[in-house]
Amino acid sequence: MTPILGIWASGITSSKQNSYESIATYSPSGVTTVTFSSIPATYQHLQLRMLTRTATSASDFIAIRFNGDSGSNYGFHYLYGNGSSAGAAASTPDTVIAWNIADGGDTANSFNACVFDILDYANTNKYKTARFLEGHDLNGSGIVELRSGAWRSTSAISSIEVFTFGPNFATGSSIALYGIKG
Amino acid sequence: MPSTYEPIATTTLGSSAASYTFTSIPQTYTDLILIAIPLATSNGQASYIRVGNGSIDSGSNYSMTALGGNGTSATSIRRTSATEYSVEYLPAADTTAKDIITVHFMSYSNTSVYKTFLSRSGNASYGTDTTVGLWRNTAAINQISVTSGAYATGSTFTLYGVKSA
Repeated sequence: MTPILGIWASGITSSKQNSYESIATYSPSGVTTVTFSSIPATYQHLQLRMLTRTATSASDFIAIRFNGDSGSNYGFHYLYGNGSSAGAAASTPDTVIAWNIADGGDTANSFNACVFDILDYANTNKYKTARFLEGHDLNGSGIVELRSGAWRSTSAISSIEVFTFGPNFATGSSIALYGIKG
Repeated sequence: MPSTYEPIATTTLGSSAASYTFTSIPQTYTDLILIAIPLATSNGQASYIRVGNGSIDSGSNYSMTALGGNGTSATSIRRTSATEYSVEYLPAADTTAKDIITVHFMSYSNTSVYKTFLSRSGNASYGTDTTVGLWRNTAAINQISVTSGAYATGSTFTLYGVKSA
């Protein structure tokens, strides 16, 4: 299996040794934001693996920005299934790439899972594209989604900010960044 | 930096079997990823997953939400308080067409959280889908059982571990 096929959500099994490496991991609790900074440009792709929940029911959104850019340079599309219907939607332009997660009012101990691939993140000849699979099931409610996201910048991504829309991350959340070599 | 994506175990069935179980899964990783490529002894055999700690849990502690497409329409279903995680909704293994299933077991050893699973699967005869599953138990997972009731010779099951810094 080639690395690019492997990261598609994400059965990564490269024939090369040491081609999938852990860059940094956070277990956020009592904070609203996690920032991966000084990301090396030595990989081909990046992957975020996240298990997240907000500590209160004030908001159940989580979002990502690159290189501290808060301009309207993002967009995202998604297919969703909510247990009774399937649909598609988009938000573009936007100031973030965002999605819903479990919140403090949901079933206890339940979290949103997300595998978020960022392709060619260091290539300065193209806008940056992400694709991700995420969802949470609460034994009676929940959602699963396939999403794509874009950052309309040719800059190499050197920092990634993952943040909620107000509440702290709940204890048990985990946000890990991996690098995949070409 | 160390390699963090490692094969834990793999098997290719030498004879037909109703299920395959990974046991004694190390607790040294952050996430697990299962890649299953099953073939069936009869057509249309969907796969299910059960997990456990010390033994496989067959209680009504699983649920799932699915999104699938069969070439004509997209649909979504939900199963609640089920006795297994329906890891695929539309795709299924045939006697000649293998199914492809990838399942992510996130934070499988974290004893503070219920366990959430993400899957993708496909078979050109039936469709493609993605699911999110929940096991309402905070126990660390050290066993995973994959079941269809009718896996054929040549079915493969591989479990990987992903280790974070």
